[in-house]
Amino acid sequence: MSSYEARFKVWRGDAEGGGLEDFKVEVNEGEVVLDIIHRLQATQAPDLAVRWNCKAGKCGSCSAEINGRPRLMCMTRMSVFTPEETITVTPLRAFPVVRDLVTDVGFNYTKAREVPSFVPPADLGPGEYRMQQEDVDRSQEFRKCIECFLCQDTCHVVRDHEENKPAFAGPRFLMRVAELDMHPLDAAADSGLDRKRAAQDEHGLGYCNITKCCTEVCPEGIKITDNALIPLKERAVDRKYDPLVWLGSKIRRRET
Amino acid sequence: MATGTEPHLNSGGVRSASRAAITAPHLRTDRWWLAPAATAAGLLAFVVYSTWRAFADTNYYAAPYVSPFYSPCLAERCETMHAGPNADVFGSWWAISPAIIILIFPLGFRLTCYYYRKAYYRGFWASPPACAVPEPHKKYTGETRFPLILQNIHRYFFYAAIIVAGILTYDTVLAFRDEHYNWGHMGLGTVVFLVNIVLIWSYTISCHSCRHIVGGKLKHFSKHPVRYRMWQWVGKLNARHMLLAWTSLVSVALADFYVYLVASGAFADPRFF
Amino acid sequence: MSVVDRQEWDVVVVGAGGAGLRAAIEARERGARTAVICKSLFGKAHTVMAEGGIAAAMANVNEHDNWQVHFRDTMRGGKFLNQWRMAELHAQEAPDRVWELETWGALFDRTKDGRISQRNFGGHEYPRLAHVGDRTGLELIRTLQQKIVSLQQEDMKETGDYESRLKVYQECTVTRILKTVSHSGSAAGSRVSGAFCYERESGRFFVLEAPSVVIATGGIGKSFKVTSNSWEYTGDGHALALLAGAPLLNMEFVQFHPTGMVWPPSVKGILVTESVRGDGGVLRNSDGKRFMFEYIPDVFKEKYAQSEEEGDRWYEDPDNNRRPPELLPRDEVARAINSEVKAGRGSPHGGVFLDVSTRMPAEVIRRRLPSMYHQFKELADVDITAESMEVGPTCHYVMGGIAVESDTAAARGVPGLFAAGEVAGGMHGSNRLGGNSLSDLLVFGRRAGLHAAEYAAGFAEDRPAVDDIQVDTAAAEALRPFSAEGPEPGEENGRPPENPYTLHQELQQTMNDLVGIIRRGGEMEQALEKLADLRVRARRAGVEGHRQFNPGWHLALDLRNMLLVSECVARAALERTESRGGHTREDHPTMDRAWRRINLLCRLTDPTGGLAATDPVAGQIDLARETTEPIRSDLLALFEKEELVKYLAEEELYE
Repeated sequence: MSSYEARFKVWRGDAEGGGLEDFKVEVNEGEVVLDIIHRLQATQAPDLAVRWNCKAGKCGSCSAEINGRPRLMCMTRMSVFTPEETITVTPLRAFPVVRDLVTDVGFNYTKAREVPSFVPPADLGPGEYRMQQEDVDRSQEFRKCIECFLCQDTCHVVRDHEENKPAFAGPRFLMRVAELDMHPLDAAADSGLDRKRAAQDEHGLGYCNITKCCTEVCPEGIKITDNALIPLKERAVDRKYDPLVWLGSKIRRRET
Repeated sequence: MATGTEPHLNSGGVRSASRAAITAPHLRTDRWWLAPAATAAGLLAFVVYSTWRAFADTNYYAAPYVSPFYSPCLAERCETMHAGPNADVFGSWWAISPAIIILIFPLGFRLTCYYYRKAYYRGFWASPPACAVPEPHKKYTGETRFPLILQNIHRYFFYAAIIVAGILTYDTVLAFRDEHYNWGHMGLGTVVFLVNIVLIWSYTISCHSCRHIVGGKLKHFSKHPVRYRMWQWVGKLNARHMLLAWTSLVSVALADFYVYLVASGAFADPRFF
Repeated sequence: MSVVDRQEWDVVVVGAGGAGLRAAIEARERGARTAVICKSLFGKAHTVMAEGGIAAAMANVNEHDNWQVHFRDTMRGGKFLNQWRMAELHAQEAPDRVWELETWGALFDRTKDGRISQRNFGGHEYPRLAHVGDRTGLELIRTLQQKIVSLQQEDMKETGDYESRLKVYQECTVTRILKTVSHSGSAAGSRVSGAFCYERESGRFFVLEAPSVVIATGGIGKSFKVTSNSWEYTGDGHALALLAGAPLLNMEFVQFHPTGMVWPPSVKGILVTESVRGDGGVLRNSDGKRFMFEYIPDVFKEKYAQSEEEGDRWYEDPDNNRRPPELLPRDEVARAINSEVKAGRGSPHGGVFLDVSTRMPAEVIRRRLPSMYHQFKELADVDITAESMEVGPTCHYVMGGIAVESDTAAARGVPGLFAAGEVAGGMHGSNRLGGNSLSDLLVFGRRAGLHAAEYAAGFAEDRPAVDDIQVDTAAAEALRPFSAEGPEPGEENGRPPENPYTLHQELQQTMNDLVGIIRRGGEMEQALEKLADLRVRARRAGVEGHRQFNPGWHLALDLRNMLLVSECVARAALERTESRGGHTREDHPTMDRAWRRINLLCRLTDPTGGLAATDPVAGQIDLARETTEPIRSDLLALFEKEELVKYLAEEELYE
């Protein structure tokens, strides 16, 4: 396959307004959508705003929507499209637009701050931590997250309902709660913090209706719904909706 | 150019004022509607069929086979099944189909199942219809309020589903009799029941609540090696929960339909031995 | 026009990678109000690209490991050009820095007894790299990021404001370090007073006033065409320090990582982690031969296997066998690959073959090298469990950098300026070992933060004042690309503006072709001429549009930094007439013991000027030789005499 000329529609504009602009641009073998956006910058639109860093799917900067689907531009190969196809690239549509393909992702940083951090165990110093691989596997999967925020973008809870943003942390940060709750040495409970209850009460876990779009878009292939959100829901049930567990914990507390 | 320069509608979603001005509610070019449409059609077909059969109150027993919709059968009006799963618990006042008494449990199990929730939220309620396709509702509170907050009782339906699956296993054992209740026989119906019970168990065990109960709730797998193994095993099945949900749904309907065919005389159960 | 917004801090950290964040955490924990400023979003720094691990002699896997062994490996890797005190501190403190990460929530891969697992890597005698699969950098950056968030949560509880003591200014760029003006008007004795910055989103200028500035901006790779580095690596910190009057050290040493992707063209240069070789991957040429056995240099002869059988046995039994030569230091492997390709034994796309598919079962590959599997599958459509990868050298790291005091990370000659991480020079000598960069970030990031906070605490009311004239000059300089179109006084009259993207491409091509992995005197002279030409043209780099998130403008501003740094690399490389580590001269192919004690320092020719009146021939950089302090005797005693003879000059040996 040699090079050909592709048709692109790229959203250009800012908070005041904007629209899809048509481009014709050269495409070569092995290229990804981000290469094409860079070619537009270098040859036709030098001020086309776009975020990117590593160009290898490791930093999660170049998130956008390509033909209506949230994706990383650096990991979307041009070969998945036919040469005849018009490819539409827009900014993430769940967040306020800044300019062109750049959006204000501040929502995510706000939510990150609302999740209480890892609580180190009081009785262990640096170098004394002992954890088994099988005990860290689950949290390690969630720590693969590159914070591209595609899951936050696609999640209809906030994408379609701006008013839910204050109450809902989004898949990425509910997964962070799950990660900490499954961390074998997290001592949150000793400090009076119940992460399971907080997931439901503080971070809006109940808004999630497990329709799995977060899992579908995750470029790291993290099973967000099955391994983080649903187990977290089950843990919240332990705390809030299970009389047997509640009774059991009462009895055990009396014993010890 | 400029397909989206007109003022936004402040609908609270992708067309909120602060977001990129794009008129089209979504820009997906693939056949995103196919999956929710197929899901809805499949579920609807089952609902229609099972409603008819549940209320029919006939043709649910053809010795030695009892329809899974009517097992256990707990009213006086039940057909007599020799050593079968019937017990007159509700007495004579129960005037409608006895299937209704028991179906509430598998129905509740499937209704609150994490996979089926996704399926019907997407397929029927369009919440959302597909990823990055806007949902038509003005407000959304998810599973935070009544009635959807009741989804949290899934694990109780799971416990009930275990009992139901146990009874269906018993029925499958009874299917190794012939129509005169003599043991050591096997017909095509026995095979249908066997396939069905394997799928029912697989679906039940692969449940997310089950995965949580057997080991998922633990903080330290290393201190519970047996439960860790069970958790891994259930996890493997759980990855196929959707597949098992559909195949077991089809198999249970087929098992019932097979009994209907035999009981109504439309088809004679071929015997292998 | 000095109406730009000003904010006061104790410590300003430029860069939010591993070193910057570690410095910020330390400064904040020492009580300094600290601001971090970075070009990308918080958590996207280039550190996320680090794959292999963090080198630290914790002796979790091999009990014989200790800091002395690590020190030895580091000095050998750097061909004894390292600032030995830095290498010593680094080897001693690295384990504490790793363990501390665990208390902040990091989850490394584990050994059977529950400790941090460690893996083999090129140049390290024992398994030493703490790792998380092949995404260790991500774990590091996320852990530091989350630690910063946790400090902000503490501040929120106490003060009601997350950002009262520690704030991250994301997507902002620093274009100038500001300094006090001494009474005599000369640069001597003047101190750091703050930084001039702009917000990329809005283009708005602002000034952060602070007595201490820590530079932690990473490397310079974007001056080269084939590179594993991201767009941020434009040598900003190197240039800021130069412009502030601090010297750069040994800039000729640029590491070309032996294994970057070579195909498809759009991903050429993207890194293939060394763990592929550490875990058993082998290099083959087009004849199917494991060619590395031919390339073991004399200084390493006793340390490496002489046969494939011995090399293969080493993975299982490292105590009784020597390691395979695929795990030689990076400079050796990169040169070997280069030679094989030149000799016509390369792969179809101009690299060599790196194979794990015949060495490990598919599921082991997917478990141990998940992101490599993913990277090749997604970007090149190659299944590494079934076929070989094609790899070739890629510009990866600069060993040279800001000359700093070993203990304090203070930049030489500019009070209040500190530097840590890749931007600081000296620690790695002429060549860095894999895994030593992440530990470097942590060890010296912490030290920089500590000393920056201490230095800032020394000022009570008499803080260094920001000079308004410097602020105005900096603002004018930053706005220059917007007015490039208009007629300029003098020789540039009426010529059309230059496209910054074109200039950047020409610069990358020049550095790649003329100051690349194998260097020749004549070519580097050519490069200097080309750089002079680009410098003149860069003054006419013009941009369209406005200041709001305008990448063309950002690139035009970064060009200044890349050109300054490229000149340093080219001048220093021309000066050093030997081959050592990351500097290979075809016209001076051997290592010369006399050069071991010589450091090359780059300084700005005219530190007061605004770079306007640079002479195209003389350039902007002055080069000076400096003889290093002798290595402390107790550290020398860690080596065998026979080994030292290969590196040290006669007179050093007798001291």
